[in-house]
Amino acid sequence: MTADPTSPLAAWTDRLTFAPALIASERPFLSQLTVRVSDPDAVAALGSALGVVFPSVPCTFTTGSGPFGAVEVLWLGPDEFLVVAAPDLQLPIEDALRAVPFKGSVVDTSAQRTTLVLEGSHVRDVLAHGCSVDLHPSSAPVGTCVQTLLARTGIILQVTGPDRFTILVRSSFAQYLAAWLSDACVEYGAVP
Amino acid sequence: MQLIPCPWCGPREEAEFHYGGQAHVAYPDDPSALSDEEWAQYVFFRDNPSGPFAERWSHNAGCRRWFNAVRDTRSHDLLAVYRVGEPMPEVTA
Amino acid sequence: MNYRTPTGGAIDRNTVLRFTFNGQSYTGHPGDTLASALLANGVHEVGSSVKLGRPRGIVAAGSEDPTSLVQIEAPFPEPMLLATTVELYDGLVARGLAGQGRLANEPDPARYDAKHEHCDVLVVGAGPAGLVAALTAARSGARVVLVDEQNQAGGALLGVDEYLDDRPSAEWVADVVAELKSTPGVLVLERTTAFGMYQDGFVLALQKRTDHLGFAAPASVARQRVWRIRTRQTVLATGAHERPVVFADNDRPGIMLASSARTFRHRYGVLPGSRAVVFTTNDSAYCAAIDLAESGVDIPLIVDARASAPSRLATECAARGIEVRAGHVVTGTEGSGRVTDVHVAPLGSGHADTVVCDTLLVSGGWNPVVSLFSQARGKLRYDSELGAFVPGEELETVRVAGSATGELDLTACARQGRNAGAAAAIAAGFTPSGQVPLPTSDSRCTARSGLVLWRVPGAEDSSFVDLQRDATVSDVLRATGAGLRSLEHIKRYTTIGTAHDQGKTSGMIAAGIVAEALGVELADQRPTTFRPPYTSVSFAALAGRDRGELHDPVRVTAIHPWHVEHGALFEDVGQWKRPWYYPQPGEDLHAAVLRECQATRESVGMMDGSTLGKIDLQGSDAGKFLDMLYTNMMSTLKVGKIRYGVMCGVDGMVIDDGTVIRVGEERYLVTTTTGNAAKILDWMEEWLQTEWPHLDVHCTSVTEHWATIPLVGPRSRDVLAAVAPSLDVSNEAFEFMTWHDTEVAGVPARVCRISFSGELAYEINVTAWHGLAVWEALMAAGAVYGITPYGTETMHVLRAEKGYPIIGQETDATVTPQDLGMSWAVSKKKPDFIGKRSFARAENNRTDRKQLVGLLPVDPSVLLPEGSQIVETDRLPEPPVRMLGHVTSSYPSAALGRTFALALVRSGHERIGETLYVPVDDSLVPVTVTDSVLYDKEGARRDG
Repeated sequence: MTADPTSPLAAWTDRLTFAPALIASERPFLSQLTVRVSDPDAVAALGSALGVVFPSVPCTFTTGSGPFGAVEVLWLGPDEFLVVAAPDLQLPIEDALRAVPFKGSVVDTSAQRTTLVLEGSHVRDVLAHGCSVDLHPSSAPVGTCVQTLLARTGIILQVTGPDRFTILVRSSFAQYLAAWLSDACVEYGAVP
Repeated sequence: MQLIPCPWCGPREEAEFHYGGQAHVAYPDDPSALSDEEWAQYVFFRDNPSGPFAERWSHNAGCRRWFNAVRDTRSHDLLAVYRVGEPMPEVTA
Repeated sequence: MNYRTPTGGAIDRNTVLRFTFNGQSYTGHPGDTLASALLANGVHEVGSSVKLGRPRGIVAAGSEDPTSLVQIEAPFPEPMLLATTVELYDGLVARGLAGQGRLANEPDPARYDAKHEHCDVLVVGAGPAGLVAALTAARSGARVVLVDEQNQAGGALLGVDEYLDDRPSAEWVADVVAELKSTPGVLVLERTTAFGMYQDGFVLALQKRTDHLGFAAPASVARQRVWRIRTRQTVLATGAHERPVVFADNDRPGIMLASSARTFRHRYGVLPGSRAVVFTTNDSAYCAAIDLAESGVDIPLIVDARASAPSRLATECAARGIEVRAGHVVTGTEGSGRVTDVHVAPLGSGHADTVVCDTLLVSGGWNPVVSLFSQARGKLRYDSELGAFVPGEELETVRVAGSATGELDLTACARQGRNAGAAAAIAAGFTPSGQVPLPTSDSRCTARSGLVLWRVPGAEDSSFVDLQRDATVSDVLRATGAGLRSLEHIKRYTTIGTAHDQGKTSGMIAAGIVAEALGVELADQRPTTFRPPYTSVSFAALAGRDRGELHDPVRVTAIHPWHVEHGALFEDVGQWKRPWYYPQPGEDLHAAVLRECQATRESVGMMDGSTLGKIDLQGSDAGKFLDMLYTNMMSTLKVGKIRYGVMCGVDGMVIDDGTVIRVGEERYLVTTTTGNAAKILDWMEEWLQTEWPHLDVHCTSVTEHWATIPLVGPRSRDVLAAVAPSLDVSNEAFEFMTWHDTEVAGVPARVCRISFSGELAYEINVTAWHGLAVWEALMAAGAVYGITPYGTETMHVLRAEKGYPIIGQETDATVTPQDLGMSWAVSKKKPDFIGKRSFARAENNRTDRKQLVGLLPVDPSVLLPEGSQIVETDRLPEPPVRMLGHVTSSYPSAALGRTFALALVRSGHERIGETLYVPVDDSLVPVTVTDSVLYDKEGARRDG
C-alpha cells in the first residue's frame, strides 16, 4: 500500500480561477529547503552546488539552473534562505548541500508551505487589499521577495513578472488565504 | 500605523514587529554568583524613561531578526535602529 | 410649498427621485442631498434635541452640520447620518432623530473593504488650493493621491456662482480634474474623507462608494472602503467652516449658516425660505444675502454687528431694497417650531425691534479646518483677527494650504496650494515642471476680517453652544464657575464638542466664551485635542472584510477533511481547529469522551497531533543550547533517544514543555505545545540572536512540514506492525523514548515511542502531504481492533488521569516545575540554565506555594467545575475567606469509574490525604487531596 499525497489546497483545485480579477494556481509538492548560513564563501559554494547564485540583497530572490534543473533561492534573512525546486528533489538537494562543508543548517521544509501563483491585471489591486508593502513596480520590481502579512497570515511574496506574483504560505493557513483571495476578487467581477 | 525601519528589510508597519523590552540588559555571566537582590534586578526591573530609550525589536513577520531601536517614549518616534552587537548610536531627541 | 429655484444647481432636474421622510413622501433630484431635498420641499424641522426635545433643523450644508441627524430605514437601517451628507436616491426611507438612532438587528449584507495605497504626495481637499497643489505635484511626476469628501471636486466653489478667469468656476475645476485623472500615477478619490492622520505619513480615509446608489448599489462592490494611505508628503487643503454667533433661542429650525444657505442655492437650486434676516460679523454673508435676494428671497434686513457696514456691499444691498443695520445684533428669536420672528437690538444696549421672517442666516466668521494638522501633531496658534486657531508651525512632511490656513482670498489660496504642492513634490524627490496658472475670481466679496463675536448676551439657558449636546452658555459658565479652566476639562464637563460633529461649529465658540468668562487671552489657551475620526466611521467599514469566516484565520491540519467528514466537533486552540470529540448518534460530550477513553485504554485510539510545534535545531552547540533552555540535561541524550523536558522563563516559571529527539550528533528535533509553537521559536531566536550569537545553532520551524499521529493503547503495536512491515515493533527493538525512521503505509515516516496517556503509544510523523492517507491507512489497519479516533477532550482526560499537566491549564506563569511535582526534571548537575537562579529565591522556596495535586470528590459522581476555588473548612467563615487554590482540570474518568480533578493547592504536597472543600453553587463539596497521578502509578501499561 502506498499513500497518495494531498496538497494543502487540494480542495480548492477547481476554485482558484478568479477571472477576470486574476488567475491563481497552486504549485503543490515543490521541493523546499531552508538553509541557514552566513559565511560568504559557504554561501557561494552552496550556490555552485545548485547552479544558482544565492541572493545577496535583502528582500530579493535569484534563479539559476544546474544539476537539479531550475532552482530559486529566496532571501529570508541575513543568514537564511529558502531553496525552491521542482517536486521530488528535496532529498538529493539536501545531500548536495550537505556535501558542502559549512557551519549552518539545511532543513527539508517542503511541506511547511504551499505555493500559489497569481497572475492577472488586477493582481496588485487584490494584494493591496491586504498587504501593506508597496507593490508598485518602481518599489517592488521583478525579483523582489518580501516576507510580510497578507490579510491575517504571514506570507513570502515573490514578484515574478509584470503582473505575476508567487505567494508561499504556511500549509495550515493556505485555505484561509484561498478564501480571502476568492472574496477579494469579488470586487473585480469574480464569481465566488 | 507606525513604520519601523528593519535594518534588513527597510520600513515596515509595526504590526510586523514584536517588542522585546529594554535593550542592553545582558544575561549575567554567572547568575549563581549574584545576590537575590542583584538577580531580581536583572529579572524584574527595567528602566522607564521619558525620552530616548534603547529597546529590542524583532521583525517577526519578516526576516525574524532581532535588532535594537532608540525610541523617544514621549512621541514614539524611532530615533535610530542598529543591529545587535552594535553600540547605541548618539541620538538627538 | 416648493423652494426649488427654476434654474441652477448641479442637479438633474429631468429625473425625479421619490423618498420618504418621517412618514411623508417627497421628491427630489439626482445631485440632491437628503437635506437639500427636504429644504426644497420646505421641510426645515428634521429632528429634536437629545436632552431638551427642542425642534432642530439644518444649520449647515456639509459634514460640519451639528443638527440634521437622521436614521436611514431603507434600503438598510443605518443610524446617525447627517441629512446634509446623505446623497439622495430613489426609495430612500429616513426619519429624523432625537440624538440617538437604532442599529439593524440583521447582519449588513453590504460589503466593506480596505485597500492600501502608497504615494509621494497626498492632497486632502479638492477646493482651489488642493486642486492646484495636486496638479503641481502631478506635473512633477510624483505619485499623487487627491481625496475629497464631496461627490465632486470644487470645494467652496461648489457653493458660489463665481467666475474664474471669466468662465464658470465649474469649468476650471473640470479641466484640472480631467488633467489629474489622465496623468499616470494620480489617483483621485471622490466621496472620500481623510478621517485620521497618524505617524509616518499614514492617513486613513473613508470612501463612500455606493451609498449614493441606494437600492441600485451592486452587491459585489464594497459599499465603503477604508483607504490606508502611506504618503511621503501631505498637503492639507481642508478648507474652513463658517461658525455661527450664539444668542438666545439660536437653535430653531430655519436658523442656518449664511454660506450654507448660499451653497443650497447654488449647488442644489434650493432656497432656504421666503423671508430671511441675515446676522453677520463679516462681509461674506452679504454675498449670501445678495445672491438669495436675486433668487427671489425677501431679505428685509442685514444685521451687522460691526460699527460700520462695508460701504460698497451696503450700497449693493440698498439697490436691492435690503436694509443694513450696523452696530446691531440678533438678541433672540420666536417660533413654536421654525423661526417666525427675530429680535434685533443695538450691540450693547438699546431698544429691540422684532422682524418677521421664516429664515435667519448667521455668520460669525470662519474656522480653518485644522483637525488633521493637529492630529499630525502640528501646533496651533490663535489668530485674533480671525478669531480662530490656525496652523502655527511648518511640519517636515505636512503642509497646509488655502482657507485651512485662515486665508480667504481665492487666488491667494490657490497660490498657497501651488507652493505647497511644489514643496511637497521637491521634498519627495521630484522637480516641479512649470507653474500651474492661478485662477482669479470675480467675487464681489472682498476678503476682510470681521468682528470676533462669540455670543450676544441674553438668556443663557437657551443660548446654545453645542446644539447636538443641548449644551448652553449656562453650562459653560457653570463649568468655569466650578473652577474649571482647561478647555479639555470644560469639554468633558459640558460635553461640548463630543457629539458626532466633534464641535466643528461649536468648539471655537466654546473656547471663546470660556476665555471671556475667565478673563484670559485665547492665545494663552490650549485648544482641545483633535482626534480621529474627523467624521463618523461605521464599525462595518472598520471591520471591512475581516468578518464571518475571514474574521480570524482558521488553521487546519492535513487530516482536517477526515475529521469533518466523520462528524468531529472542533475546539479552537489558538487559531487551530482541533477535533474536540467525535460524537456518535445520540452521544453528548461526556458519553463520547468516556467511550473514546475506554476504547483507547482497552484497545487502541488515535488522534491528530499535527498542531504540535516542531523545531529543528542543528549545529555543534545545539546540545549546549538546549541545556540552557530546558531545566533538565539534553546534551547527554543519545542519538536515537527522546527525552521529556520543561522550559522556564528567567523567573523560574514554567513556560512550555515537550519532547526532545536527538536526530543526530549535531541535530535535534524538539516539540512544543500547540499554542506556544511560534512563541518558543521566537524565544530560541531571541536568546541566540541577542545573548549567545557565538553559539553554532540554527532553529527552523517544521511544524507544518510534519503531520503527527499519536497511536495509543495496548493494541497500538499491532496496528503499527500492520502498516510498517519493515519495522521491528517489539518492546526490545523499539524501546520506550526512542525513535526509528521507517516506512508507514509506504511513505517515509519517523516513529517515536512516547506516551501522553500512560499507555503503550507511538507517534507517527510523515510529511503533511501524506498525513491524510496515512491516517486513513491506520484507521483501516486498526479496524479489527475497533480503532477509535479521539479528540482533545479525551487526550486531556487520559493525561490528567496520569497527572500530566497541560501548560496553560495547570500553569499560569506563577508555577514552577517543583510546584508541578517535577523536581525530577530539574537538573542539579548543570551549572546554569534559564530559570535556575530563580529557584534559589526565597519566594520559590516557600512551603505554602500552590502545588499540583489530585482531588477526589468524596461523592464520586460530583464533577467539580474547573476554576472552582478551594477552602479549608466545611463552613464558609466571614469574608475574607482564605482561598487555598483552584481546580485546574476536572473530568469523569472511565478508567477510575468516578470523577476526579487536578488542582493547585497551597502546600498541596503536604496535604495529601486531607479533606478540603470546594464551593459549588450553594454547597461545599468535600474532596480528598491525593497525589496527582491517579492511574497506573507503577507505569505497568507503558510497554503494552
